[in-house]
Amino acid sequence: MMRRHDIAYWTGFSVVLALLIAAPLVLPEFWRRFVTEILIWGLLAMSSDILIGYTGMVSFGHSAFFGLGMYGAAAALLAVKPPNLWLAIPCGLLASAAVAAFVAYFSTRLRDIYFAITTLIFSQIFYVIIFTWTAVTGGENGLTFSRPKLGIPGLVAVPFTTWTLHWFVLAAVTASYLVLRRIMRSPFGMVLQSIRENEARTRAIGYPIERYKIVAVMLSGLFAGLAGVLYAIQNEFAAPDFVFFLVSGEAVIYNVMGGIGTLVGPIAGAAFFLLLREACSRFFTEYYLIPVGLIFIAMVIFMPQGLLGFARRWLNR
Amino acid sequence: MATSIAQFLVQTVNGVVTGLILALVASGLTLIFGIMDVVNFAHGELFMLGAYVGVITLAATGSFWLALVAATLTIALLGAVIYVATLRPLLGRDPLNTILVTFGVSLVLQNYALWQFGPVARKIQEPFPGHFALFYLDYPWYRIVIALLAAAIIAALWLFLKFSTYGVWIRATTQDRVMAQAMGIPVPRVLTVVFAIGSGMAAASGVLFGPLVGVDHAMGLDWVLKAFIVVVVGGMGNLAGSVAAAIFISLLESYAALIVSPAQAVIFSFAALILTLLFRPTGLFVPTPK
Repeated sequence: MMRRHDIAYWTGFSVVLALLIAAPLVLPEFWRRFVTEILIWGLLAMSSDILIGYTGMVSFGHSAFFGLGMYGAAAALLAVKPPNLWLAIPCGLLASAAVAAFVAYFSTRLRDIYFAITTLIFSQIFYVIIFTWTAVTGGENGLTFSRPKLGIPGLVAVPFTTWTLHWFVLAAVTASYLVLRRIMRSPFGMVLQSIRENEARTRAIGYPIERYKIVAVMLSGLFAGLAGVLYAIQNEFAAPDFVFFLVSGEAVIYNVMGGIGTLVGPIAGAAFFLLLREACSRFFTEYYLIPVGLIFIAMVIFMPQGLLGFARRWLNR
Repeated sequence: MATSIAQFLVQTVNGVVTGLILALVASGLTLIFGIMDVVNFAHGELFMLGAYVGVITLAATGSFWLALVAATLTIALLGAVIYVATLRPLLGRDPLNTILVTFGVSLVLQNYALWQFGPVARKIQEPFPGHFALFYLDYPWYRIVIALLAAAIIAALWLFLKFSTYGVWIRATTQDRVMAQAMGIPVPRVLTVVFAIGSGMAAASGVLFGPLVGVDHAMGLDWVLKAFIVVVVGGMGNLAGSVAAAIFISLLESYAALIVSPAQAVIFSFAALILTLLFRPTGLFVPTPK
């Protein structure tokens, strides 16, 4: 039985991956960028799924990790000439990991809505700092830089095109997905899930749940930071808007729409949300959040498991 | 030196004035949280819509009092509708769902306001034009009046909770919802009324505060964040604590604005929140729980 689920899972995985690899070859310019963007936002949503879906903590502060990833990468790209991709990624990750460690230390002492509000407030602290510290962060205008070259140090270096950028992002997101999936199925991931199911009992069994939660938040922040780095490279800027808590809210929306606790659900949710936004902006222009918000409300009420929720058991096998 | 003391005192007055309006916003939020475990993310949007209804009524009738009453009643009704349509179906589910739904509601309302009223901030004329001398400033009487009005509304809420039939029902529902239902209290109606009252209070504070800053579609965001801070610092669901915390936070921010820029002053209230959560998670202004 298990074997058949595995075969089905890997077949589905390969088909989706093949479609995503082929996507930029057949899609026009606009949709090529669009698919890349879905992958990046999907990675952000997937990172917050570690907390929402697996540990049972709703974070409204993922914009801080995402934004610091962006700014970390931007700082590295501006500091070194010529800009170096392999320096930007660790710098972005380091920045977001540092912030995540700070946030995790304080916020994991709290539970439920208090955790949600604390993470929200932390992300606003970073937003205010970045917004007002104009000398370093460029304030409201943010930082702009030129995209680094993609390549292996010392060997080849090719400029990013929309194709190679897409494949690069796809590789990063796929690798993150596989790593996270492995982690969530490891004993560590099992402990996180048992915290979600029954925190008191998990503690009683003898697991130091505070430590597990801190690691969960840091892990989540790290992958959110990776999404930020990728987004910075795609758009060649870092702006305070991406540290604002509305970005965290959108990450939560992707999760709820796609189905929490599935890792791929959030990516599907991001795709669904962005497509919905695209469709609604045709009719409602910049007020697309009115219909999208109404659909979101309806989904929370009537479809709490999200789009992929019903397939969750099948996907997790 | 004399000016810095004067500055300090002026900031104290400013802090108390904004603190009382903040208390009005936050007491609606804490009422809703304390009684129904709903974290109302849309509270800032109700504040903003209330301010808009106030602007429109004021333009149509010219009466500030009428604007205040109209905004309160309209938004209270809107609150009741929102509650019945989106929050009642979530009864009995994890309270985190209410954050999600009210976040959705806030997105919808905010963009509705942008669509309906446009991105340009509207100005409300100060309804009481007089000024008096406060040290080096011509201090508008209006600010004092709104502070007193906010205090009066909060006092009225307290009296309502203490003495009216509905107030008793509300307090009973807070203590034990199931038992209250068993005693024949119409709990669903009580919850709807509480949400309506909270919304109406947000709207009233929107009208009161509108003349100080101008009204635009994004004004709710700032306020809902501040109100969250106040509600947590004051102790979730604790009315007196929220009032004290609102004044405390506003004073803190006004004094901080003397040292750093007003945009950075917010960080001080964030820090106050984090310290509170770390050392007294039940709130600063409540007796130590046994």
